Amino acid sequence: MTALFQDYLGYGFGWFLATLILILIIALPLMLAVAMIIYADRKIWAAMALRKGPNVVGPFGLLQSFADGLKVFLQETIIPSAANRGLFLIAPIITFTVALITWAVIPFGAGMVLADINVGLLYILAASSLGVYGIILAGWASNSKYPFFSAIRAAAQMVSYEVSIGFVLITVVLWAGTFNLSGIVLAQKGHILGLVNGFGFNPLLFPMAVVFLISAMAETQRAPFDLTEAESELVAGYQTEYSSMSFALFWLGEYGNVLLMCALNATLFWGGWLPPIDWAPLYVVPGIIWLFIKIFAFFFIFSWVKATVPRYRYDQLMRLGWKVFLPFSLIWVFLVSGYLMLTRYGA
Amino acid sequence: MIQTIAFYLFAILVIAAGALTVTARNPVHSVLWLILAFFNAAGLMLLVGAEFIAMLLVIVYVGAVAVLFLFVVMMLDIDFAELRAGFARYLPFGLMVAAVLLAEMIFAVGAWQAGGLALTQRAGPAPSDLPNIHAMGALLYTRYLYVFEAAGLVLLVAMIGAIVLTHRGRAGTRSQNITRQNMRRPEDAVRNVNQPVGEGVEL
Repeated sequence: MTALFQDYLGYGFGWFLATLILILIIALPLMLAVAMIIYADRKIWAAMALRKGPNVVGPFGLLQSFADGLKVFLQETIIPSAANRGLFLIAPIITFTVALITWAVIPFGAGMVLADINVGLLYILAASSLGVYGIILAGWASNSKYPFFSAIRAAAQMVSYEVSIGFVLITVVLWAGTFNLSGIVLAQKGHILGLVNGFGFNPLLFPMAVVFLISAMAETQRAPFDLTEAESELVAGYQTEYSSMSFALFWLGEYGNVLLMCALNATLFWGGWLPPIDWAPLYVVPGIIWLFIKIFAFFFIFSWVKATVPRYRYDQLMRLGWKVFLPFSLIWVFLVSGYLMLTRYGA
Repeated sequence: MIQTIAFYLFAILVIAAGALTVTARNPVHSVLWLILAFFNAAGLMLLVGAEFIAMLLVIVYVGAVAVLFLFVVMMLDIDFAELRAGFARYLPFGLMVAAVLLAEMIFAVGAWQAGGLALTQRAGPAPSDLPNIHAMGALLYTRYLYVFEAAGLVLLVAMIGAIVLTHRGRAGTRSQNITRQNMRRPEDAVRNVNQPVGEGVEL
């Protein structure tokens, strides 16, 4: 598509317009997906609690998220008089933007990626490390004590879990031999004896897949690690002072991040757009459908955990991050690199 | 065209954000301007084709260092009057450092312009067709392996030093031993006795 536009509109402008359109092609369905995934989350959660969940607006309550969106849109934006106005308004925008920009490097199929850069995984790490700013700024700019506590918790939590996520990503990169996400997906093709697609099927990498899944929950502040918005202690955490659209942006950003983490789990460990088994008839189904099925499967796990696991205590969270995951993933990096050294490069 | 626009955008924003870091009244705003400066510096790195350095700059400085910085600054109770009183006293010293830096920059650029620093004579000429992660890896893990490991050792020592200096072993705290808690079975804690009525319990 970029080439087509460049033929008609010249190199620079054609590239610019094509990229803009591609961004919209990703971002708009993503917003729709976020709306539907919020509905799915509530339905799954309700089913686990033997309730019906949203069932009034539209058939099976399908339009509930849109009704909520409209309601929030029509509310008044309230800015506390003691708040730091500029930062108070920028904070939700940062959260929302960061949740969107990371999707630029996620491959939806062979060649279906907006930015096929060779440091794709580092870009994801960089973008996800920016996510914490929206929360810290929201907490600080609100000038209120509970949001501030929440911001402090969020900062410590996200920085802690990023360390073990980094090590997990290193094991994947070691095995795939590239930082490019499309390259990582292709490296998983026929991973075990040419039968299954996905690093997660490898017994040496499966523990890392589990560590990554749990760290992803901590990184997105989903239950059981949702200490930043623990309602029994902190009202609503960093969102306490927010209303109307500024609150909605946090909401959308949060679910955008959850979806992104599900997509990353699928892409890094479970073969991304490839079917789970390397068998020709399965390739008839388009890759993007496989990716969506995997993303939804992980989202179901996220919802499941949210519905069933009680919230961690803060010191337990820190213990898990620093005393369990960090040493474990560090040792695993040694193990994987040692194994690869022996098998791939000779002793 | 778009590269030129991007360069001037990033360059102007780096300088503006740097200036605002110094002049901002609120220390939290200062840190945020500093973060913007880091970010735009990463943009400049991208423009010269050093995408690995750019990403590292964002991950390490923006994602970790500046977060902790912000964390500390947010919790500090800073007295602005005291800060301004110090300004006049440290001004000559600051100007001196600035003058030295300026002179060094002029010398460096002058020496570069004068020629004689052929790029091929540098320690490791970067191959242009390799992604720069590969290029850096090939240099760091072969030619500069010992220097690289020494740098890692220095960081390790610094880390242990920081932990030793700040660690306070407080007596009388009862820390939780999770393994022991998980190993504990009902039999260890609970005893069912068929107690005859009217007799005391022996513990």
